[in-house]
Amino acid sequence: MTAPATDSSPHRELGLTDAEYDLIVEKLGREPNGVELAMFSLLWSEHCAYKHSRKLLRRLPTEGERVVMGPGENAGAVDVGEGYAIAFKVESHNHPSAVEPFQGAATGVGGILRDVFALGARPIAILDSLRFGELDSVRSRHLLDGAVRGIGHYGNSIGVPTVGGEIYFEEPYEHNCLVNAMCVGVARQSEMVRAAAAGVGNAVVLMGASTGRDGIGGASVLASAELGDGDHAKRPTVQIGDPFEESKLLECCLELLAKGLLVSLQDLGAAGLTSSAGEMASAGRVGIEIDVARVPLREADMEPFEIMVSESQERMLGVVKPARVAEVIAVCEKWQTGAAEIGTVTDNGLVRVLRDGEVVGEMPVEALVDGCPLYDLEPAEPEGWIYGNEDVLAARVAAAAGADADPAAPESALLALLASPSVASKRWAFEQYDSIVGSRTARRPESADAAVLAIPEADSAIAISIDGNGRRVACDPYSGTVEAVLECAQNLACAGAEPLGLTNCLNFGNPEKPVPAWQLDRSVQGLADACEALGVPVVGGNVSLYNEGSEGPIYPTPVVGMVGELPDPNLAAPSGFAREGDAIALLGPFEPSLQGSELAKLRGELDAGLSQPDVAAVARACATVREGVRSGKIASAHDVSDGGLACALAECAIGAGLGCQVDLQHLRERGCSPEEALFGEGSGGFLLSGEREKLEALAGDGVEVLLLGKVSGDAIEVAAGDRSLSLGLDVAGSAWRSLGPQAEADGA
Amino acid sequence: MLWGVVQFPGSCDERDALHACELSGEARLIWHEERDLGGIDAVVVPGGFSYGDYLRAGAIARFSPAMEAVTEFAAAGGPVLGICNGFQVLCETGLLPGALLVNEGLRFACRQVELLVERFSPPAGGKSFNLAGEPLSIPAKHGEGRYWAPEEMLDALEANGQVAFRYAPGQNPNGSARDIAGVRNEAGNVLGLMPHPEHAVDAMTGSTDGLQIFDAVAGARV
Amino acid sequence: MAKARVLIRPKEGILDPQGKAVERALPALGFEGIEHVRVGRMVELEADDPATLPELCEKLLANPLIEDFEIESIDGA
Repeated sequence: MTAPATDSSPHRELGLTDAEYDLIVEKLGREPNGVELAMFSLLWSEHCAYKHSRKLLRRLPTEGERVVMGPGENAGAVDVGEGYAIAFKVESHNHPSAVEPFQGAATGVGGILRDVFALGARPIAILDSLRFGELDSVRSRHLLDGAVRGIGHYGNSIGVPTVGGEIYFEEPYEHNCLVNAMCVGVARQSEMVRAAAAGVGNAVVLMGASTGRDGIGGASVLASAELGDGDHAKRPTVQIGDPFEESKLLECCLELLAKGLLVSLQDLGAAGLTSSAGEMASAGRVGIEIDVARVPLREADMEPFEIMVSESQERMLGVVKPARVAEVIAVCEKWQTGAAEIGTVTDNGLVRVLRDGEVVGEMPVEALVDGCPLYDLEPAEPEGWIYGNEDVLAARVAAAAGADADPAAPESALLALLASPSVASKRWAFEQYDSIVGSRTARRPESADAAVLAIPEADSAIAISIDGNGRRVACDPYSGTVEAVLECAQNLACAGAEPLGLTNCLNFGNPEKPVPAWQLDRSVQGLADACEALGVPVVGGNVSLYNEGSEGPIYPTPVVGMVGELPDPNLAAPSGFAREGDAIALLGPFEPSLQGSELAKLRGELDAGLSQPDVAAVARACATVREGVRSGKIASAHDVSDGGLACALAECAIGAGLGCQVDLQHLRERGCSPEEALFGEGSGGFLLSGEREKLEALAGDGVEVLLLGKVSGDAIEVAAGDRSLSLGLDVAGSAWRSLGPQAEADGA
Repeated sequence: MLWGVVQFPGSCDERDALHACELSGEARLIWHEERDLGGIDAVVVPGGFSYGDYLRAGAIARFSPAMEAVTEFAAAGGPVLGICNGFQVLCETGLLPGALLVNEGLRFACRQVELLVERFSPPAGGKSFNLAGEPLSIPAKHGEGRYWAPEEMLDALEANGQVAFRYAPGQNPNGSARDIAGVRNEAGNVLGLMPHPEHAVDAMTGSTDGLQIFDAVAGARV
Repeated sequence: MAKARVLIRPKEGILDPQGKAVERALPALGFEGIEHVRVGRMVELEADDPATLPELCEKLLANPLIEDFEIESIDGA
């Protein structure tokens, strides 16, 4: 169904199928002209219309007591008390980042910031979830470097702290990297605004930067087709971001909203004016008229269709009562940001584009925004593992532990895992981000399992986590997605926070092919079931499909962002051990398995299949840990994930500079081998430290606590039958902190 | 005690500075177009990316009406504290010697640093920032914080006691000459540093060592 | 209107990490025998009175403490 390269029909070149084109003709009662065709091609693209995912997304639970805004608005929002709401959303910018990582990542941040302040919320935090190929590839190092610099450039310049995130390195992302950006903001509920245009006769005002040729055709060209060879030719369509411009636009919009000068507000993102104007009109069930001659332009001689689909950054569209337009323009001038009255809200149900008063294109709002056909998937479960395997363990051991190290020794496996870029400390990356501007950050990156920010206006605090593991979702899309949701909940629990709401970005391959279709279907079901079981509503999200090349699809990668609340930011427990002499315990229904694990990956033993998490048991464990952290019974808390318990112990020890002596006998009594106990993965494991009696007292009501040992010495000593290990803190620390050298390695 | 915190388009940490100032007095923002600092006892030029850091960090901000007023205020002996981008603005304005260049590592770096406080005896009639002398734990976050001045100027600064802070051994995040993290002018009433004391005033965020710097600047108004 | 181009570069003797980074990356990309790379800025403008340009450069476009500048006039209109 996607455009064959050799075809020359205009609609096919723009990504529309013959059937879709015929439907447009039917809805218009005539053939569309150039402007209209360009507009339809974008709004009917996968990126804008969610053609292959919208039916699936209806399965997600979206309601709850604390929901203030659900899916369909610029971002979701939950009530945090005292009349305040926390707004948040995650979005992808995958295809632009693969072409130009710095600007792709930067404008991804810019876009998600606008989605949040479009609601009237002041952005207070950014998190990002990134995925690249392995770091021995020059291309992946280049993409990693560019993306991290781009996120830092935009977030730091605009003064919003980047407080968390994750970075994974897996071969299936080599040609299709993932850059997902999440933003969290705070708003007075009384000042929040929706996107729906309202008030026939009201003015439509375009604010912010001037309009140029950035991203022309970006949505349909880049996001709705697989990236093939020759994508360097797509470079001109990548948008260029200006955080300074956005900083002025943000202050301007918040001031306009505080003064009650805007009826509604919408940001301009994919498909520019076309989607903003169309979606505002659709939400408000009105019509809208735009005169492109009144749009401030950066380049001369832009055609109407170019003006309507330009993706120039840092622009917002507002609806304003005619009597107040002058005041709006005055506020924009104060903030040195552009403002132009470019149109009107009408009652004819049409999107009408004029140039100097002459109609150059029009269509019914309903046809443009909601008329796109939605497709059913044709899923088919694959036979076994489709992604390939590579045994790199010996090479990784040699790199991490030296050429003389014995690859069979458990210390070697632990060092190779700690040095594995997906597991290693991400300090090299997060130190390039300002994580403290705004004075709300109570827990900086890698000091606790979730970012923690103070919300003094509501006399409260929030914790935020963003998680996903594409490889494990590839092993079993349903269970892997359930795990991602549980991982977020566990991270929040370690910070003493209770989940309020969830946002998600679904990054998958080509939905028209049976296996990615099956992955998407099963993953969305897992997401729906996990959210339902935990009572956490989905308040918004994003879908990015066609992440696929000639080598095949990416790992199915649902990325989950979760926001929770806690009464006092100072309560959040650190991840690392707190005190010499404290007891160490494992709490929760942790049943470690090597299926889908980082160790299995290094050994080249990945296969389909994943253990099924017991959601109810994990939820009980979360509640216990949350209460234990809040009441001070738990001195440190860390969720067991990548690399299993041995890596979790090492991370707690290295982070604190305090060694540990533990015995995994009790865990093995649950029925796992020494190696599974050390390196097996799965949901439900909390690694805690604190006073022994207090940790033991956490057990009960279906929650198990296994005492493992104590915080002591300067080595990581783990007794695990014939796989016992002892590793010095220094050596472990060097391995865990080796991402920088690997990321900056010279040469091909 | 009334603090004034200058706000340019692109300032990021002005609200953080305002909050820190309010812990030792009253404080208000000074919009970059204002010329009148009436009633203000001490000025803070905050961190961020004023005017997008375009051309050079601080290069455009120095020409704002507010900075012209701050220059007069400083010339009359008023205490001025420049933080990060503010330090860059003060160097561009000539109120402080030297310049801030791109970090040696070419990357933005956000990390807690330990600052050594240099003892300071003000010249006769000059101001004294009464810092205790113990090392301070303060976060640094910048991409262009490498302090540089010609060797002769550095020698003169050392001789005059104008070096205010140095990064502790091994903690220099940007390649600053002689580990210099902050300097003062000859008269001692203008102080600039790259790390952010306004982010070290609340136990929740880690250190409260920054309070000493605000207290010292407030004390210098006498 | 006179068209001019101003080239601004770091003074000799000042560490130029951007220049160094470019220089270091070149051999890996197949370019040998390139040294002394320095990275600066270029500003193009049109001026009614070109005599004001040196002062403009001294005061704003360059920081004389750390940078040198050169004004080139561009032929044509």
